[in-house]
Amino acid sequence: MEFAELIKTPRVDGVVLHRPFMPTVEGTLCLTGHHLILSSRQDNTEELWLLHANIDSIEKRFVGSLGTIIVKCKDLRVIQLDIPGMEECLNIASSIEALSTLDSVSLMYPFFYRPLFEVIEDGWQLFVPEEAFKDLESMVLFYPWNETTLFGLPKEDEEDNIALWSAESAFTVDEAVMMRAAQPLTGTNGRRCKEDEKLINATLCAGKRGYIIDTRTIAVAQQAKTRGGGFEQEANYPQWRRIHKAIERSNVLQDSLIKLVEACNDQSHSMDRWLSKLEASNWQSKVKEILTTACLAAQCIDREGASVLVHGTEGTDSTLQVTSLAQIILDPACRTIRGFEVLIEREWLQAGHPFQQRCAQSAYSNGKPRSEAPVFLLFLDCVWQILRQFPCSFQFNENLLIMFFEHAYASQFGTFLGNCVAERVKLQLSQKTVSLWSWVNRPQELERFLNPLYEPNNLVIWPSVAPQSLLLWEGVFLRWNRSTKCLDEACQEMVHIIEYNKELQNKVNSLRRQLAQLETEDSPLQTP
Amino acid sequence: MEHIRTPKVEQVKLLDRFSNKSVTGTLHLTATHLIFVESNSTSILHHHIASVEKLSLKTNGCPLLIQCRNFRLVHFVIPRERDCHDIYSSLLRLLRPVSYDELYAFSYNPKQNDQQREEGWQLIDLAAEFERMGVPCDQWQLTDVNREYKVCKTYPRDLYVPIMASKPIIVGSSKFRSKGRFPVLTYFYQEKKAAVCRCSQPLSGFSARCLEDEHMLQAISKANHNSRYIYVMDTRPKLNALANRAAGKGYENEDNYSNIRFQFVGIENIHVMRGSLQKLLEVVGTRSLSMTDYLVGLENSGWLRHIKAIMDAAIFLAKTVTVEGASVLVHCSDGWDRTAQVCALGSLLMDPYYRTIKGFMVLIEKDWISFGHKFADRCDQLDPDPKEVSPIFTQFLECVWQLTEQFPQAFEFSEWFLIQIHEHVHSCQFGNFLGNSQRQREDLQLKERTYSLWAHLLSEKQNYLNPVYSPSFAESHPVLEPSTQAYHFKFWRNMYHQYDRSMHPRQSILKHVLTLKDSNRDSVSSPPKINLHSIHHNAPLLSRKEVQQEEDEEVFGEEAMEDAPAITGGERTVEGSSATENGYGELMGSFGSKNEPGAVTLEFGVARMTC
Repeated sequence: MEFAELIKTPRVDGVVLHRPFMPTVEGTLCLTGHHLILSSRQDNTEELWLLHANIDSIEKRFVGSLGTIIVKCKDLRVIQLDIPGMEECLNIASSIEALSTLDSVSLMYPFFYRPLFEVIEDGWQLFVPEEAFKDLESMVLFYPWNETTLFGLPKEDEEDNIALWSAESAFTVDEAVMMRAAQPLTGTNGRRCKEDEKLINATLCAGKRGYIIDTRTIAVAQQAKTRGGGFEQEANYPQWRRIHKAIERSNVLQDSLIKLVEACNDQSHSMDRWLSKLEASNWQSKVKEILTTACLAAQCIDREGASVLVHGTEGTDSTLQVTSLAQIILDPACRTIRGFEVLIEREWLQAGHPFQQRCAQSAYSNGKPRSEAPVFLLFLDCVWQILRQFPCSFQFNENLLIMFFEHAYASQFGTFLGNCVAERVKLQLSQKTVSLWSWVNRPQELERFLNPLYEPNNLVIWPSVAPQSLLLWEGVFLRWNRSTKCLDEACQEMVHIIEYNKELQNKVNSLRRQLAQLETEDSPLQTP
Repeated sequence: MEHIRTPKVEQVKLLDRFSNKSVTGTLHLTATHLIFVESNSTSILHHHIASVEKLSLKTNGCPLLIQCRNFRLVHFVIPRERDCHDIYSSLLRLLRPVSYDELYAFSYNPKQNDQQREEGWQLIDLAAEFERMGVPCDQWQLTDVNREYKVCKTYPRDLYVPIMASKPIIVGSSKFRSKGRFPVLTYFYQEKKAAVCRCSQPLSGFSARCLEDEHMLQAISKANHNSRYIYVMDTRPKLNALANRAAGKGYENEDNYSNIRFQFVGIENIHVMRGSLQKLLEVVGTRSLSMTDYLVGLENSGWLRHIKAIMDAAIFLAKTVTVEGASVLVHCSDGWDRTAQVCALGSLLMDPYYRTIKGFMVLIEKDWISFGHKFADRCDQLDPDPKEVSPIFTQFLECVWQLTEQFPQAFEFSEWFLIQIHEHVHSCQFGNFLGNSQRQREDLQLKERTYSLWAHLLSEKQNYLNPVYSPSFAESHPVLEPSTQAYHFKFWRNMYHQYDRSMHPRQSILKHVLTLKDSNRDSVSSPPKINLHSIHHNAPLLSRKEVQQEEDEEVFGEEAMEDAPAITGGERTVEGSSATENGYGELMGSFGSKNEPGAVTLEFGVARMTC
């Protein structure tokens, strides 16, 4: 298929672009295979380059012959294009619709994107699994490639789909490990699997106990039995205690996001309406639940020195939220930029979070959600909450989290394409697309994501999960609804103070060195 | 001292409000403070205590619940019931002083001499403030009509009125206004010669008129050539104003006054505000609060709705004055609650001076203290009439905080300045807020017998500075135009949970940056030679440890030494951050057979593991 077939009108002049808190721009609208471009063709005016993949939905309106297209983006931005001429407007609208809903992955922009920067460090080669686990001596890694994950287990265990070992020796206390899996397939008649029991118990040292954190309520877990799933029976896993938490409801997450964004876009200014809509969206409740569960998992490891196995149904959504957040709490390495990238690579990409399905649509989708769910965004929100509470403990700032959110939904890079490692291999992403990491890790880009307040901190950071301590992530949800000029300027001033302090400190240090030098030079003279 | 039966009780437990943690120490009762001593000590001023409650005896002792006006909640468990009862009954007497002389301000002595004290009181000069605004001028004059407090007992002596308002007009108008509070100038917007005036409601009933009052408003209107009419802002909901008509009070009839534009803005009365805060505190005081209950509770309390209503009114006032150039007369019922809120906040939006530390003091002195906001009644200083208590001033401080969130560079002070003022409005440690009116304060000879809070705050100014304050912001934004979108109004955690340490960020950006800025200044101001020597003193200032220290750390000691976590076997956490202090620790405890029979509590697991 040629993109040209889908582009009915490639160019319209005299289009007016309206964006919140920005002056309107009049210019020429161009459609390419992957972008919607608006340029005034004058100096000093910003051009708009919008990836079609970023478009969540569009609405069109007509007043006389003037058409208006409202473009709602996956990054939650809403822009308005006034297009003279009804036919042009209809053509543009249908072209955008077609181009933003391409089914074939191989037609996505990452396969066409050629970087304008020199790739110094190839992101595809950056995170080799053996490297991440090399400190774990007693663990053996298996490589039979299965459907969803990189590390499967030997054939006989496949039916339980116990998937990934995920543990960091950096925070293993008394050999405690954190693992994740999918639910065991016990079914209604309580099937057992000796190998599974052996495998799980093998992670515990003699006399040790562990916790299984099931991200579903007991009722949901019971129900899963009728579909062949289930949970670990105490009798069969005597060294393990099971705790149920109610966070796995990814099917209602999408609805929650839609409601939250709707509330944030409500211009009615009524206090009661805002609070009740915020509450009804249930988003903040989910943030609290997930953080609480992650803290619980971290607590088992840090306080009890116990191993933890986390699973829900598939082990690819809420499970990942819990294990990755627990690591951020426990492991200072995950709070660096590199470490956070490693975490996303290991706990999300390689663990088989189905990014493509989950991020196919965002808050403005009209259709009934299929498998869309903002699982990853919710995780980023939780990270932001911890970052807010420990603003000096992270090497990165909020911008990095927002950037990951954007790229998970629409990107020129191949990193978040596909639903699992196997799919990515099949798509030959590492040969045909550029990795997000190749771009982010360039010094020029990294600067934007550095937290000026960062001071490495080797401690466990326990966030508060009281509702009063958890805030709405304004950087994402109110990003396009408020002017951030005053806040940005204040932030710049803060950076300025910090940098000035560093400068002065350096000066002081060099003076101190000079003094020390002078003293040593002087001393032989004084004591002849 | 005769009220203190038991000055000291040992082995007292202090329980944390939200977790199951407790510390044991000794409780001391003095004439002014309740002091709890363990490794750190906590002291609570008797005046801060709003209520004491003795709960029923438990196995480990007798619980004593103390609720403070600064939103602190302290839960003691005293081993012997007798001791508990003694402390309880002593406190009951001590926290209900019967005369002004018993207030702390009259015994507090910061070791200053008379001259220093006098200087402290001279810091704020309202005559100079009106001069700064450009008053008196060709249209506004100082009147001596209230020199002896004869026309209005609750107004200050010095009042500014239009040139055209003669004495008979003033006196006539005052007789037609509740409590004699006739229209006077409170803020003058020099650029457009527009005035903000304040008064109380007219005694119009259903049909009464007063020619002098009508002349008074006309005089205000004539004093401003920019606009043909003046706005009259009745800050009450229309329904309340209508109800007042039946009692012979009410609001201005537009037909009787030439060229006025009348407007209701709908801020609720003191009783509604009191109830609203009560609801808010109940909600946020709940243990293991769920997000849903929190948000629903926040909405049902109506607190943020009221805050927004005050802000909306102030914005309307500022816009009318600065954009339209029209003068505005603001009133409510008596003109000392909502009127003070709206005038003060409106002025703050219009005039960058009020966003400085000194200017904010002046603003409070003018619109709140001198114009007779009834601090004694509203803050329950003396006369225990619960119907008079209301968080009107707290709301004003919160509105200012909401503004600092939208305009981080506009204010010279940080929120700690606001919180500190709030502390002292209730502490009765300084003379400024005692009593209900200027006249009463003179009778009490406060300037001779007590000290001024402003001098005290200025002496520790560096604690209250906003590190990112930019004086040039005032030039680009002389008038603040805040957004009134609902999501900009947030719950003020640092005020209402000031003492609940576990709820706050464990690393404070504000303190960090303030310290850096301080050390920047030090490094630059001292010559390098000396600096070389002082490096060693400055160096620790830059470490994170120092920065993280909380002001209110007395209650619970540091549980984590970040230096040597492994050696001490202590928690590997950032200071002040611990798993047990937070909800999820508790959640595990309460996680049990109650809700989900199939589940096993972690505690159970622990017990089994150690067997």
